[in-house]
Amino acid sequence: MQKYEYIIQLGKELPLIDEQFKVENYIIKGCQSKVWLHPEMEDSKLVFKADSDAVITKGLVSLMIKVLSGHTPEEIAKADLYFIDQIGLKEHLSPTRANGLLSMVKQMKLYAIALHAKK
Amino acid sequence: MKNLDIAEIRADFPILSREVNGKPLVYLDNGATTQKPKQVIDAIIRYYSDMNSNVHRGVHYLSQISTDAFEVTRRKVKQFINAEHEHEIIITTGTTHAINIIATCFGKAHIRKDDEILISAMEHHSNIVPWQMLCDEVGAKLKVIPMNEQGELDQEAYRKLLNERTKIVSITYVSNALGTVNPVKEMIAIAHQHQIPVLIDAAQAVQHMVVDVQALDADFLVFSGHKMYGPTGVGVLYGKEQLLNAMPPYQGGGDMIKEVTFEKTTYNELPFKFEAGTPNIEAGICLGDAIDYINALGLANIAAYEEELLTYATQQISQIPGLKIIGTAAHKSSVLSFVVDGVHPYDIGVILDKLGIAVRTGHHCAQPVMDQFGIPGTVRASFACYNTKEEVDKLVAGVERAVGMLV
Repeated sequence: MQKYEYIIQLGKELPLIDEQFKVENYIIKGCQSKVWLHPEMEDSKLVFKADSDAVITKGLVSLMIKVLSGHTPEEIAKADLYFIDQIGLKEHLSPTRANGLLSMVKQMKLYAIALHAKK
Repeated sequence: MKNLDIAEIRADFPILSREVNGKPLVYLDNGATTQKPKQVIDAIIRYYSDMNSNVHRGVHYLSQISTDAFEVTRRKVKQFINAEHEHEIIITTGTTHAINIIATCFGKAHIRKDDEILISAMEHHSNIVPWQMLCDEVGAKLKVIPMNEQGELDQEAYRKLLNERTKIVSITYVSNALGTVNPVKEMIAIAHQHQIPVLIDAAQAVQHMVVDVQALDADFLVFSGHKMYGPTGVGVLYGKEQLLNAMPPYQGGGDMIKEVTFEKTTYNELPFKFEAGTPNIEAGICLGDAIDYINALGLANIAAYEEELLTYATQQISQIPGLKIIGTAAHKSSVLSFVVDGVHPYDIGVILDKLGIAVRTGHHCAQPVMDQFGIPGTVRASFACYNTKEEVDKLVAGVERAVGMLV
């Protein structure tokens, strides 16, 4: 349960995304929790801002951002998210419909692949 | 009427003694599917060990006993819902399959452009989408009986919605999202005043109360095996014989035919006309064992116990500050759906899971219901005859703890 207390803590910290980006264009629909994802290139690095309406999802989103954001598109596209398994949160990436998080990770990789191909 | 021995019942269900995330399993997701007693599990093993053979087709011994067992289930289902004829019982793969058969085949026989199909605001997607698909195809119109804040259907509005263009009414007996029990007998009588047939979705009813299709005068009735302590992959479509006879078949193939030539094929009679191909034989046979299990306990006894449990659960959970119950109809069955101010249902579901408590969160395949209440979803605890007051206490404590962590 401590793990979830920590994740909730992360989720409760300041909002991760500008209110103006909480719109249809940036929404990723999981079955239950909504996730907003906004990508931006800064120098040659891909920076993500994201948010969710469910606190646990938000905490997990913040973990993903810490790991993936600020790298080159190529690095993100190829990233192997083994740490999820190592910290025992693999269930949150399982393809059940409940999961906005899995959809968000897929979308991040898609942005990265697209931006990498654009170059 | 007799009091059920819940401890004895629980001992019949092997899965109830397992742990989840290091805690004893508290299984409160019976609306999604029920657990199986060893009587059903053993029957499945026996089928594959002793009997397995294709049904309705063979001349050898195994095929005979399999066929007999399958038809014994058909007879048990007929008795279970008090249908008039065995051939009015079609074995399907589930409720969704059954509704699709009716929408497609009753649709082909009777529904044309500008005709109306009347459903309700509390339906499960399986009783919405097949009708939408039919409407799109033939240009018919879907009408919806509205629902009030308590989750009860507006009977005034229902009467007004029935007109000479209405070809069928399709409504749920018990709402899976809200627990509302609809006055289906009265609603059927009203539709019949206009000669309009009624389909009843009894998926959340047959395991909780006596359902008598002749007493209700239901024209069609559907339900699933896996929600009544039976195997997955089997369900029932009941239809009055004259209605089923007027409908073309659904799937074509083996078993539903009388004679096949390349020039012309004639169809088999009921029930086989609607049972193309090899059915889920083991599930069909063991559905009979699930019916036996329920009958041994007695539906009246199950209903009485579950009502007590739901009343207790409702009382206890209402004490949590900021908690609002969604679905407060005067007549309810076995479902407790709720939201907590400022907390996403998904988060509560995750914390409860870590405590070994299985509930369902989200829209429960009833997005229109959630839209009406303006919420993303609910936390839903749904009860079966093996749940206990102690489990309710754990649920309440779990929700309190989750809310404490999340708010």
